[in-house]
Amino acid sequence: MTTQPLHGLLTSEVSVAAAGVSLFADALRAQAVPVTEAAWQPPMPGTEHDLAVVLADARRQAANAEALRRMTAAGADLVDVRPASEALGLERGTFLHAGPPISFDRASGPLRGALIGAMLLEGLAQTAEEAEAALEKGDGITLEPCHHRDAVGPMAGVVSPSMWVYELRDDVHDNTSWCSLNEGLGKVLRYGAYGPEVVDRLRWMNAVLGPILQQAVRARVDQQGPIDIKAIIAQMLQMGDEGHNRNRAGSLMLLRELLPTMITADASSADVAEAVRFSGANEHFFLNLGMPACKLSTLAAHGIPGSSVVTTMARNGTDFGIRVSGTGDAWFTGPANTPEGLFLGSYGPEDANPDIGDSAITETAGIGGFAMAAAPAIVRFVGGDVPFALRATQTMYEITVGEHTAYQVPILEFRGTPTGIDVAAVARTGILPQINTGMAGRVAGTGQVGAGLVNPPAECFTAALAALARSTG
Amino acid sequence: MADHVELRTGAYYDSVSLMQVSRSVAAAPGVEAAQVAMATELNLDVIRGMGFDVPDTAAPNDLVVAIRGDDAGVASGQAALDAALAGLRSAATQSAGLGEAPPRRTLGGAVATSHANLALVSVPGRHAVVEAFDAIHAAVSVMVFSDNVPVEDEVRLKDAAAAADVLVMGPDCGTAVVGGVALGFANVVRPGSVGIVAASGTGAQQVMCLLDAAGVGISHCLGVGGRDLSSAVAGRSTRQALAALAADPATETIVVVSKPPAPEVLADLEAYAAGLGKPVHWATLGTGRPDLTSSVEALLAGVEVPVPAWPRWGTTSEPGPDGGSLRGLFCGGTLADEAMLIASRQLGDIRSNIPLRPGLGLGRDLRDAGHVVIDFGDDSLTQGRAHPMIDPSLRLERIAAEAVDPTCGVLLLDLVLGHGAHPDPAPELARAIRAARAAATAGGRVLPVVVSVTGTESDPQRLGSCATVLAEAGAEVFLSNAAATRRAVALVARDGSRTDSGTESSGIGAEQDTTTGEGH
Repeated sequence: MTTQPLHGLLTSEVSVAAAGVSLFADALRAQAVPVTEAAWQPPMPGTEHDLAVVLADARRQAANAEALRRMTAAGADLVDVRPASEALGLERGTFLHAGPPISFDRASGPLRGALIGAMLLEGLAQTAEEAEAALEKGDGITLEPCHHRDAVGPMAGVVSPSMWVYELRDDVHDNTSWCSLNEGLGKVLRYGAYGPEVVDRLRWMNAVLGPILQQAVRARVDQQGPIDIKAIIAQMLQMGDEGHNRNRAGSLMLLRELLPTMITADASSADVAEAVRFSGANEHFFLNLGMPACKLSTLAAHGIPGSSVVTTMARNGTDFGIRVSGTGDAWFTGPANTPEGLFLGSYGPEDANPDIGDSAITETAGIGGFAMAAAPAIVRFVGGDVPFALRATQTMYEITVGEHTAYQVPILEFRGTPTGIDVAAVARTGILPQINTGMAGRVAGTGQVGAGLVNPPAECFTAALAALARSTG
Repeated sequence: MADHVELRTGAYYDSVSLMQVSRSVAAAPGVEAAQVAMATELNLDVIRGMGFDVPDTAAPNDLVVAIRGDDAGVASGQAALDAALAGLRSAATQSAGLGEAPPRRTLGGAVATSHANLALVSVPGRHAVVEAFDAIHAAVSVMVFSDNVPVEDEVRLKDAAAAADVLVMGPDCGTAVVGGVALGFANVVRPGSVGIVAASGTGAQQVMCLLDAAGVGISHCLGVGGRDLSSAVAGRSTRQALAALAADPATETIVVVSKPPAPEVLADLEAYAAGLGKPVHWATLGTGRPDLTSSVEALLAGVEVPVPAWPRWGTTSEPGPDGGSLRGLFCGGTLADEAMLIASRQLGDIRSNIPLRPGLGLGRDLRDAGHVVIDFGDDSLTQGRAHPMIDPSLRLERIAAEAVDPTCGVLLLDLVLGHGAHPDPAPELARAIRAARAAATAGGRVLPVVVSVTGTESDPQRLGSCATVLAEAGAEVFLSNAAATRRAVALVARDGSRTDSGTESSGIGAEQDTTTGEGH
């Protein structure tokens, strides 16, 4: 005898899940039948047909399960620190930037400022005015998204050939990702500042910090093997960080890993001391390791036919762009929203630039805003209250295909973080991904003005869904 | 007197909730008329028909608020609206505690959270396919109450369901009973050994109520959706349901209930059923085929249970002096179909919004001077509105209109009881019947009213008390829809073949003989 048809429904006690009119659920409760009702709302307008096509795609369930499996299985080992010219093959005049592709004439203040600063750093201009004019003209200058080289950059995300980058490896899927070194907070290039103190700091990072970190990482790899960044992320989530806007525990743990080989680097004791002080003083030291770790996770999940999982969310300060596993390298963009949150000093909402940076890769991989419940202290930095932080994470389960196996939230009984944003679920529920972010000043050269919360524009997801439906039909 | 009309965007509420909101707004002091509804085409027609001026920008996801009254009335209507909507919202957002998970937003989420083994979808039709796929992907059988689902989506759903060994009951499935649990519109009947496969909700309810009256119970009633036996869907769910009942230890006899099926689909299914090892009866309506009551009687013969005297209530009414036309106003589509099949044999062509054959359709106003049967539960009359078994207002309006229409010779109505239906529908219908008969009398006419009540004594509304309330309003009341139809036909038939089925205890007139005798 084979198993009962319909999974034994006719011989089981019935319990019901319902979406729609409450009357029918009430009628079931009146019969003492357990009922769970969905708080159903209509999907985003105009998505009905695309949703029906995508949900009917027989590949999708397995494809999304595979995407989640790869995302959570991906490794992230820090193996080297190298100049971008060497690691990424960046040539003079080529600048990487955050977010989807953009031309200089459409670039917002912080991206313009960061590009000006990078021009000065590379010696391609002597003054800011000269740099801006050259960028406007565009001769001999190439702008390219970091993501197109499997790299990521926080905020403006500008990487020029002489800058040093961390190199991370995912040996499981044989992928490599890169990210620049973090400059600290305040007036820094990634927030669009390009004054002398900014460029001087970048020169010191190229000349002193980069080589010391390279020696430290290489020595560490020789002695103990590479640093497991994924393991640090898993621990920091249990220590009050969410990995995007709060990296305190992660930064200290990273320093703990690097310190023994930093202090034995072949450099002057003054330089070593300054490199250690600089790294230890920077609360976001770890962000530039967490981001490429997340990039490796989502990169592994990219390119699975039929999968509706988001593998990139990134902003260039003008546009918000996403890429989806099943739709290849196409970007789906919409105008970036302006974050809401708390401001530094006398800055206010009118000073804030629209959303910018590749750092939303953290949310794409299941941490950052998605792990906000693990970091209740974050609300003092980005706004909101503690119940909001818990609710934010819990709401994200509604738009993700599953839970992370390594990244857990203690206060939710160590539940895995919501991982693998499903464009179909976003369109169905109208719930947009929760992103925690820094705020750059809208005027080039300002620097950071605050930190807050932001959502992507809905049209990224509806456009991606439509493309997925077209590729299915 | 002023009209207040506003559109609210981004506010979705289901049609049943809005029906209740509309009622409380209309009941506010100083309000003369009010309607609060999602801006579907049908609802806009209704609201504009009430004389309100609704902006053309209204889209189906907008909420339309239309209130008529004096200034104080509009204000009190708006206050009632805000209070009613706030009540709905607070019911919807119960989770407030720290760390308490918000309610799941999709059926898939609800299934995953609850580990339910059965799903029920009653969202608006254009969104139903997506929710139903959630259930299939979770390997859970699903009842899709929603109508207005494209047939190609239905085929896709059912193919995916068969691959996952789950049953799609629907779309447009009003009735199911699984292991004694009533889903959607279903009557409380005794447990037993008859398994029902239902491509017709009200048809299945009529069958299970007749069986119950005969003392025979059911094991399960598996809905398959009104189109399952069409050529396009080709009995996909019926086949699965038959196989499941064949394997079910509680089921000894199976009956398939359907509106007129595609002949080739029926033939295929009959061949399939012949190999299942359990007797399968076919209560499939159609020209020249038995009505539901006859099919039940054949089934009773098969299980060796005597056919009882089918219950009826009320005193025999006199026909009008000049005949007039039959006006059948139904909530149950299959009951309407059955009535047309029976009545057309004597009365000839009957116009309908669900006509027996093309060419007999009604215009958008649903009016004709001849014989008319209207299914108020049809897709076109439920877009953005609750089913007439829940919200009877469109039918009540039509009853009042027929009362003053000199061409109306008899009113034939149905009333369906059970879970899911209006909790106490008889008094409202009785009032309408009384008012209609009084209006006809005032116009110098006689208006007989015949009602078929599909229900049982165990239903929350109680068959006997509902029937009594209607009978006291002057209606002749029958459990058998076929008997009710014959009685109504007798009251208007002018060709001398008038039969007084009201005196026949079985409810089966002599003209039935041509349609019984189907082999089983």
